[in-house]
Parts: sequence; C-alpha cells; structure tokens
Amino acid sequence: MRATPKDETDMHVNRRSFLCASAAAAGGLLVSLYLDLSAAAPERNQAPPAKVYPPEAFVNIRPDGKIVITVNRLEVGQGAQTALPMILADELDADWSQVIAQLAPAGELYKDPLIGIQMIGGSCSIPNSFQQYRELGAKTRAMLIATAADRWGVPADQCRTKDSVVYGPGNRSARYAELAEDAARRPAPTVVQLKGASQFHLIGKPVRRLDSRAKCDGSQKFSLDLDLPGMLIALLARPPVFGGRVRGFDDREARNVSGVRDIFEIPLVTGSAVAVVADRFWAAKQARDRMKVDWDLSGIDHPDSLQLFAKYKEIAQMPGNIAVRLGDEHAIDHIPASDRIQAEYEFPYLAHAPMEPLNLTVRYDRDRAEAWAPSQIATWEQAAIAEVLGLRPEQVTFHVLAAGGSFGRRGTTDSHFVREAAAIAQRLPGTPVKLIYTREDDMKSGYYRPMFVHRVEVGIGPDGMPITWKHVIVGQSFVIGTGVIQEAILVKNGVDRLATEGTDDSPYTLPNMHLSVHHPKANVPTLSHRSVGYGHNSFVRETLVDELATRAKADPIAYRLKLLKPDAKKFRTSLTLLDQKSGWRHRLPRNHASGIACSEYNGTCVACAVEVSIENKRPRMHRATLAVDCGLAVNPLSIENQMQGGLVFGLTQLMANGAITLKDGHVEQGNFDRYAPPYMPDTPVSIDVHIVPSAEQPTGVGEPPVPVIAPAVVNALFRLTRKRYRSLPLTTV
Amino acid sequence: MLLRSRRTGSVFDQAAPNANRILRSVTVILVACGAGLLLMSFASPQARHGDRARTRTEGLVAWQQVYSVLTSPRCINCHTATNYPQQGDDRHRHFATVIRGPEGKGVAGLNCASCHQETNADSTGVPGGHNWHLAPLSMRWQDLNDEPLSSVAVCRAITDQSKNHHLDGPGLLKHHEDEALVRWAWQPGRRPDGTMRTLPPLTHEEFVAATRRWVEAGTPCPPGR
Amino acid sequence: MATYELNVNGQRKQVNVDPTTPLLWVLREELKLTGTKYGCGISACGACTVHVAGIATRSCVVPVSLIGDRPIVTIEGIGNDPVGRAVQDAWVEKDVVQCGYCQSGQIMSAVALLKTTARPTDANIEQSLGGNLCRCGTYVRIREAIKRASGQLT
Repeated sequence: MRATPKDETDMHVNRRSFLCASAAAAGGLLVSLYLDLSAAAPERNQAPPAKVYPPEAFVNIRPDGKIVITVNRLEVGQGAQTALPMILADELDADWSQVIAQLAPAGELYKDPLIGIQMIGGSCSIPNSFQQYRELGAKTRAMLIATAADRWGVPADQCRTKDSVVYGPGNRSARYAELAEDAARRPAPTVVQLKGASQFHLIGKPVRRLDSRAKCDGSQKFSLDLDLPGMLIALLARPPVFGGRVRGFDDREARNVSGVRDIFEIPLVTGSAVAVVADRFWAAKQARDRMKVDWDLSGIDHPDSLQLFAKYKEIAQMPGNIAVRLGDEHAIDHIPASDRIQAEYEFPYLAHAPMEPLNLTVRYDRDRAEAWAPSQIATWEQAAIAEVLGLRPEQVTFHVLAAGGSFGRRGTTDSHFVREAAAIAQRLPGTPVKLIYTREDDMKSGYYRPMFVHRVEVGIGPDGMPITWKHVIVGQSFVIGTGVIQEAILVKNGVDRLATEGTDDSPYTLPNMHLSVHHPKANVPTLSHRSVGYGHNSFVRETLVDELATRAKADPIAYRLKLLKPDAKKFRTSLTLLDQKSGWRHRLPRNHASGIACSEYNGTCVACAVEVSIENKRPRMHRATLAVDCGLAVNPLSIENQMQGGLVFGLTQLMANGAITLKDGHVEQGNFDRYAPPYMPDTPVSIDVHIVPSAEQPTGVGEPPVPVIAPAVVNALFRLTRKRYRSLPLTTV
Repeated sequence: MLLRSRRTGSVFDQAAPNANRILRSVTVILVACGAGLLLMSFASPQARHGDRARTRTEGLVAWQQVYSVLTSPRCINCHTATNYPQQGDDRHRHFATVIRGPEGKGVAGLNCASCHQETNADSTGVPGGHNWHLAPLSMRWQDLNDEPLSSVAVCRAITDQSKNHHLDGPGLLKHHEDEALVRWAWQPGRRPDGTMRTLPPLTHEEFVAATRRWVEAGTPCPPGR
Repeated sequence: MATYELNVNGQRKQVNVDPTTPLLWVLREELKLTGTKYGCGISACGACTVHVAGIATRSCVVPVSLIGDRPIVTIEGIGNDPVGRAVQDAWVEKDVVQCGYCQSGQIMSAVALLKTTARPTDANIEQSLGGNLCRCGTYVRIREAIKRASGQLT
C-alpha cells in the first residue's frame, strides 16, 4: 500500500493510495495511522498495526431499548449521521426504529481510521468508515450473542438475532436491552464474521434519514441555536482588506448601545480585528455598526480580480511546474493549425456560503476549556483552541454540533475561526462566548475556491480523436507553505495536486500530454470547496471533449466511450447507464438541446445529461439525468439526494452573480443580493438518478456530482447558440 | 324651447318662416359660440384655469420635470414592464426571484408584504409604505429590456384614462400630492448598509407644482410616438 | 428598550427589547424559539420565514415594533395546523432535508402556498418557493413534497 506517486510521468497512481491521498487532500490532513505516508519509501513493506475501536465508544444500548450510535463525522447534510448508523445497525441486527444517532465529540477514537484525523472531507465518510462500522456492529452482536449463550448454556452458533432480539434454541429469546449491561463487560472479539451482501436488511436499501422530523419541526439544534446560561455574543469588526491591522478604534458610541459588555482587539491569523461582545446578537451588531476603527492597510497587497485575471493570463502563456509529461511534447508541431483547438478558461473565486454562517461557542475556565462547534476537522480545531489558550488538547472538551452546510468552509488548515473564538473567550473567563459571523462577515472572510485560468491546446488526429493535449493551469495553492503533513503527499515538483485533479488523471486516451502549473501568490485566503480541483478541471475537460465530439460529428456519449482508456471502468459504466436512461435527449422539443458531461471524484464517477432551453436570455434547465457508479450503494435514497443536491450546488458558478470579485483589496459581494446562488427557478424541474449496480467497495457521493452540471449545461447551450462558454460565471448567453 | 323634429326634417322647418329665420340665426349664433368655445379649448394654444394662463410650452416644460421624477429609481423601480420589480439606483432586478404576481402584490409565500411593512424599517434597511405593491402593467414606464420609455410614451400612458384608473388632470395631481406610495419616494428610508436612499431629482413640493402646471396646461404631451 | 406583547403560536408573550430588533432575534433569543433561522439578515434567503397574520413574513427584516397584535406562527407551531402537519409529514415521507437549516423557512413558505392554492402547479410552486435558498439543493424534493402534501389534503 504505497501512497506516493512513482514519478511525474505516471498517471496511474495506485488506486488505494490515490484514495487515501485524495481523501487526505480535500481537507488539509495528517498522516494515516495505517499508512505512514510521509516516511514511505518503496522498499518498506510493513503491515500497519491494527487499530482497535472499542464498541462501547460507538454503541450504547439503553435499558429502554434505544440504541444510541455515535457517528465519527460532522453532519453537514451529506447524511453520514444516518448512513453510518445504518451500516452498524445492519451488522448488529438492531431494530432500526430504535436507533438514535449522535455526533462524536473530538477524540482519539473518532479519528478517520485511514487518515488519522477526526474529519470530513474528500467524501470519505463512507469509504473510510464502512468497514469500521460494520465491524463495530458485528462485534457488538457477537458480544450480545455470547452473553445470551452463556446465560442459556447453549452454543453461540445456535443463536441468531433479529430486530434487537437474540433467539436461542427451544424458543428462548432475550432483548438486547436485557443483555447489554452484561455484554459490555465482555472483551470485544478481535475477529468477527461480517454479513454477506445477501443478508443485508438495511445496507443497500433506501432508508430515510434519522434527523428528518427534527429538521422539519424546528427542534433540531444547530450550532447557532446553542443557548447556555450566561452566554454572550461576539461579533468581529474585521479589516476590509485581508491582513489589515487595527491601528486604533473609537468605541464610545458603540459602548452606548444597551447590552454591550466589552470591546477589545484580538489577533487574527493575519492582521487583527476588534471584538464587540454583548448579551444579544442585535446589541452586538448595532454596537459594531457604530464602531470607528482606524485600519492600517499598509504593507499588504490590495488584490483586484481583473488585475489578477490579466496577470494569470500572462503567466499562462509560459509552461510552469510540470505535472504530467507524457509522450512527445512537440507532437503538436506536426498538426496543422486547422486541426488544433486553443482555448483559454477563466474561473472566479467562489464562496462556499453555507446557509448557516460561521459560528461557534467557547468557554475558557483557565485550566480547561469547552467548545461547541460544527467543525469539519474536530481534532485539529480542538488542538488549535488548546494552543491559543495555553492548554493541552485533552483539556479542551470539544463538542461537535450539526452544521447548516459547509462545503469545505468549516475545515481550514489554519483553524482561523476557532482561534478567533478562543482569543475572545480568553478575555472573558468562565463565560461562554458565541462568536458569530454575520452573512456579510462570512461572505467577505475569504477562504474561497481559488480563481483559475486554464490555457489549453489540443491537437486532433485524422480520426477526430485527440493526439496531443497541452495544458497550463494558473491558480493559488492553499496547501503549499502551510507545513501540514499532507503537503508532502499532495505537492510534488511545485505542483499542488488539488489544482490539477480532473486533468492529471484524465480518463481519456491521450498519447501525448503536457500539463504544467503555476501557483501565484495573492492576498486572498483560499480553501477546498466542494469537489475541489475537479470543479474547474472537469469543466475544461468536458467542454473541450464536447468540441472534439462536435467536430467529429459524433454523439457526445458515444465519442466519450470511444475515447475512454480501457481501464476507466466506472466512467464506462456510468456513461453507458446514462445512455440507456437518457433516451429523451433524442426526442427534444424545438429550441431545447441536451448536453453531456462526466466526472470522477475520489473513485466515484458521475455522468450527466441535461435538457436546456433559453428563456429571458438565461439557460432554463428542464430535466437532468444522472448516472453514478459509487461501488456498493449503501443507501440509494441518500445517494439520490446527494446527486440532486450536488448538481444544484454545481450550478452556482453558472449563475449571473456567481462570483466573488475584489476591487482594491475589498471583496465586492457581501450577501445573497450580489452573490446569488441558484434558487429553485434556476434549477432543473426534475432530476432523475440512476445507480450502477455494484458490489465493489463503496466510494463517497457528496462531491462527485458537483463538477458535471456546469459543463453539461454549456455543452447544451452550444447547440442552441453555437457559442462556447469559457469564462465563468455565465453573465451572458 | 322645445324643438321637435318631424319625420320630414329638421327643427328649423316647423316654425313660421320668419320665426324660423330668427330661430335659425339664434341657433347659429349659439352654436357658433359653442363652437368657438370648443375651438378655444382644443385648438387654441391657450387654456385657462382660474386666472393663470399656461401655454403649451410651459406645460411641456413642466411635463419634462414630472417625467424626470417618474423615471428616477425610487419611482420607476415599481413601474416595470416585466414580472419583477427593480431595486437600487442601478435598477437591477429585485433579489430572491421576487415576482409581480397576479395583482402586483407578489405570490403566496413571497408577497411584497412578506418583507415590506407599512413604514420603512430603517434598522434593517427595508423600505415600506401603505399597501406596498407594483404599479399595474398598464402603468409600465419601461420596456421589456428594463429601459425607460420615452417622454412621449410615458406621457401618453399616464394620460390615457383607460390605463390610469380613470384619473383626469386633477385626479393625477391629487395622486401625485397624496398617494402614500408616491410620497414614499421622498422618504425612502435607509439601505441595509445604513446609507440614505437617493431622492428623486425634485422635491415633492416641486414635483406637485410641476404637475399642477402641466395639468393647467391641459396635460400636453410632447410630439412624436 | 420597550415592552411588547406578542401573540406567538397562540400564546401571549411579553418581551422587553430595543424596538429596532428584528422579530427573528426576538423569537430566537427572548422566546428561545430557535427553529426560525438566521441565514442572511436582508430577506434574501427565506430561512427566517414565519407567518404574521397569515402572511409568510421574513422576520429578519421586520422590527418587532411594527408587529403590533398581528398573530405570529413559527415552525414550532405550524404543526398544529392541518396544512402544516401535512407539509411536515410530506417532507419526512419524501426525505427532503439534507443539512436542514433552510427547511423551516421552506416549510413555512410551502404552507402559505397551499393555504391559498390547494393544487399548485409546477409554476405555482416555483414562484412561491423561488425566494427560498437551499445550498444543499433539495429543490426537486421540495417540489415533490408539496405535491404530495397537496394530494393528501385534497
């Protein structure tokens, strides 16, 4: 199980290590406990030590029969809070109607078993914990059976289980609730038998979410809803340019607002800010509005989007650090100009804009602290709070609360947000302080999907298939220079894989490929954003392949199937299924067109067909069909939901106001009036999802659908307007 | 005088020839006076209202002032030709896919009243006024590309009683003077960022005065289409 | 500071707050009704939707001083209404939610629609729910759930 890619010419990275590396990639992560990725050398061949997860830390069978399952993931809407309990409950043979899920606090045992950090990211919840939760369920079941068998004096293998009951020979039965206390005293078995797929009664079935009702009647508590006795609210007056510092401030008017408790400066990861603390949100907001802060904005860059695009386009003229060098980089010279396509693409900064703005609560008690946070990287953020407060991580009790979306925003490598909250709490010992970002703060706070420019030249052979692919990518890296361990995994030869995924692992047969990258610096913090590098790379790839298919006068699905590498199995299965399920694209009304695109993300492939017309100079989407190959479909209902939702998320960069821009260092958008994600009328009326039947290891589904929709839509638009759209967002059609 | 017409002809035939001649003359004079009056009010460049004479030229100048207010953002943003209102001095489409609805009051779930109350909410930056709603499509002052209509087009629309809810000149004046949503334009409240919304190019008093002068001039419209 | 007597979910509640405080924060912080959410603060997302005198209202922009005696219904109370209950049941049946943060507002808007239009068309649904933002993208399922609720009610 080697993780490091062999060399820059090898595009066939070991599948498992690829999974780990990309899973490691998306959130900014540490070493796996199984794979010592940083020290790996090809000749080492040791098996990793087995990690022990005591069932009692994950399953609590209560006397009243309720089964509380602890989930080692933040729930952000992706459904891990239902899927992981499902997996465990299936092997346990639990009565599903009695299952309750809770989110694990930060803790050693709740770290991702492959990556070694408690986190979500890279759509790795299911792939990395599937086996783990199965084993936990099976072990618990074995302990319950052993307990019953002992009580009855019968062999364990004559007992069976169903719906939280153990049945023994001679009509004996015992409920799990009766056995649980004794069972918990037994040592957990080190080896268990897992079910065969034919025995699953939950896994593979469309199971509704556990948290639905609470989210429909107002009783579900999110982080912003936390209410503790004596709690205060803090807002930050933040610098208008990243890295700005407080030179001084006048808080006289602010302190006149009733309910204000304190106002003081705190350091930020770069620069500083002024905290306004009050007993109510509205008081804090009014006080902050009345603050007069003198900002020192000298000595820092004042980035401007238009200038950055111009600079990137200039840089893109030259090759950068080599990511892929395959075949003959001069092959393009032998191809006539009429058989070449040159294309330049622009992608803007994107904000995550989850519906729940950033917020968390911290209480500092001098020799310990307590935090409540919807954190994507719980153990990292626990450690960051400890660092700010001068504590050890074990001295920080870190509760993980359900999040109103995230898409990557709640998992930064610098843990800036929890550091800010800790710095404020430190000034108010004994008082829980809830730091809230208003929507404006959230949207202007940076940590965006970076802006990118791609410059591509494709040379086409006489058979209409591409012969050479020359590609330069320009965009910031949020990994280089952070010093985190995955930097060594992700960054080779000055190339951050997160900027090239989707191109460097192209599923298409390209005899000659030259891919290089520049990572300029800009004073704009950037971050993973749902589907990371695939979001823009798949757009470039799938729109260019569409051009090739058009030139070859070929059906876009047939062309792709022909162009796919022989081993691009999941691309093949998903495209084939899509073809079967999208017969409607051959029977469209006048002025409607269809567009095709496909993408991979961490081992899951999604293919998409969308039906588009133009209304009021905007694309109007009528129907989309998605086909997905994610290995074993753990919960087909959840997969359908993620596919539909991810498609809508992927439409953000097509919206007319789907861009974050900067002018003279200031972010120009602050709310949904100027950064407008898709509302219902902007999205397809129907989205049907089809899953390729598979018994392979399950791969994740949270991010895979995101990259396919934007290229599919513009590919459809081409058929209506004969124009290619390479500059996002889509302001004119 | 009761003048009855007979089967054969006009009223002038039934009296005695002399009386008939007098009658005819009187009638002619009366008709001539009436016609003269009529001619004076339609064809003459002069109209009268009280003691102040308004020339057509004065009326057109006044109309241009009125037009400048009608097409300023605080007014024209709700006089759209589309199924949506506009916002802001740059008159962009109202956010959150807010739409006109069958009566210009939005739709269930997304009414104008969902956000706009009876008065401005300065603390949150949402304008408000009594019965906040869009002007009917008959009172659109823009085209489907959100471009303001020409001065003559707006003038014709606004003076067309089949479109303007049967308002005559004095009715229009009263509308400009008293209607709550019209008056709102001069107290438009604060934006969410705390800054004051910009006002129309004239004060309300100036606007009313210009409207009065235009009405006194007989609500003339510029030439053209 | 001023005292207001509000009619919330059929109960009279007295609060003492700054008159400019949006109804949203009065509900959440004074009355501890946290089911109504803060998403944007400028009425652009709908997460704060409640009913005021039967009209779907974006509570983040309405100062409490403008409410008066108009009755308020929040997500916590809408289940007492047969239309509200049918909508919530349909939402669960159709597995609509993902993160769930926007869904209180979606449900309140959907109830307002169904109370005026018992059998909404696709166009009706899109117009009435078209101002409610969902970053998780559950719109297709919201459409289906509204149709289901409509079917259950009529």
